[in-house]
Amino acid sequence: MRNTAEVIVIGGGIIGCAISYYLVKKGASVICLEGSDHIGNGGSSRNGGGVRQSGRDPRELPLVMYGIKHFWPTLSEELETDCEYHQDGNLRLGKTEKHKEILTGLTERAVKVGLDVRMIDGDEVRRINPYLSEEVTCASWCPTDGHANPLTTTLGYYKTARKLGVHFITGEQVVELKKVKGVLRKVVCASGNVYEGETVVLAAGYESRRIAGTVGIDIPMQTAMLEALVTEAQPHMFDQMLGTAEADFYGHQTKHGSFVFGGSSGLEGFTKDNGTPVCYAKTAPCICRGIIKYFPNLADAKIVRTWAGWMDKCADGVPVLGKVGEVPGLVLACGFTGHGFGIAPAAAHQLAELIITGRTDVDLHDLRYDRFHAKIE
Amino acid sequence: MNTVNDRSRELKPFVPSPDDDMLICRCEEITKGEIRKAVHEGMWTMTEIRRYLRTGMGLCQGQTCAKLVKAIVARELGVSPAQLEPATSRAPMRPIEMRVFANERKEGQEDA
Repeated sequence: MRNTAEVIVIGGGIIGCAISYYLVKKGASVICLEGSDHIGNGGSSRNGGGVRQSGRDPRELPLVMYGIKHFWPTLSEELETDCEYHQDGNLRLGKTEKHKEILTGLTERAVKVGLDVRMIDGDEVRRINPYLSEEVTCASWCPTDGHANPLTTTLGYYKTARKLGVHFITGEQVVELKKVKGVLRKVVCASGNVYEGETVVLAAGYESRRIAGTVGIDIPMQTAMLEALVTEAQPHMFDQMLGTAEADFYGHQTKHGSFVFGGSSGLEGFTKDNGTPVCYAKTAPCICRGIIKYFPNLADAKIVRTWAGWMDKCADGVPVLGKVGEVPGLVLACGFTGHGFGIAPAAAHQLAELIITGRTDVDLHDLRYDRFHAKIE
Repeated sequence: MNTVNDRSRELKPFVPSPDDDMLICRCEEITKGEIRKAVHEGMWTMTEIRRYLRTGMGLCQGQTCAKLVKAIVARELGVSPAQLEPATSRAPMRPIEMRVFANERKEGQEDA
């Protein structure tokens, strides 16, 4: 088995698969290592499918806007996989004055960065989505947001990258990174296999913290549980992505007809840790109550399954991207904080550019590893 | 326990078969041919097949087709079905209306 390549990518989620794809397209040789037995087994397959600009931190907004302009509209054709991308807008719903305040603040910050997003009243919300209850009194509306299928998109990147010659190995858990003459070079695995490359991309979600720690780099992030439920197929109702000011729930109706709704119980961080992401008994009923208040006519829709996953939650809520001064040869792509799906094509493309040409179209300065400082300087 | 799995290993070439049109996952209407083709596109685990094609994601949640899918994938990979992981089961056991699921009151308790 070949164990050297120009780039070793650690992590076979959407970020790792997409970086591998953009690198191999530019002619680089790539080995991609996935620790679990399945491609896209972390947050890549466990998220709400939002391809969203509104509600994001201004530091990562230019990157996601770049992706929605250049990659998402043609991604299904490019990957020969139905990514089920819909660009029909995002409604972030509010019911109270406090919600309105939160949404107005988010909207003002996004407008400053050049995003087309505005506040609308309850009647206008119901003109866009007539199924919403009278409880909704306001919303932020971003017409260029949307949603896609995270499962097929992730596997589509994998399939296409593999076809173009990326060497994927699953079940290969990285235990250590090693420098040679001051430059990162070797990737040591639990199996005893050692891989060597000129560049090592670390895109292993939360596991990135442990792996980066072996070369003295500590990325301030924690896991946080995310849960969602899926309904049986329903007649077509609407195509917008939905969220709420209080984050009661979020989600959309899929091409298949089922609704995928994520949400929380408010007890996150204190639920039982079984070592694997298992749904908490109180969460799905709580999400159901939230949904019924917004969509009374979904009360008879049947839930067919629930699922849970972990987010790699970064200290300041935005990803850590790019090169690291202390470790030449290392490129970080982690800490996406539960909203890494929509931004994945742009982040992966720009990091592939950085590796091949040394420059990027979007300024990634605010997302670098050296941005973290203690509160008293 | 995770097993090192080299995804560039060559499989026997895909040969169309007369029963490729046979429905395997009845809920989501996925055929044998679609499953076989997905294996050749790189989907080598039950989990990946499910996420790629939706087998076992319908109303019965794979209670009917999981065993059949596993046999097809194993044969295509040239391995024993025992080498593939069991298909994932997720709560609830049976489809359940949101208004029922949303109600956590114990039997006999009064309406709030």
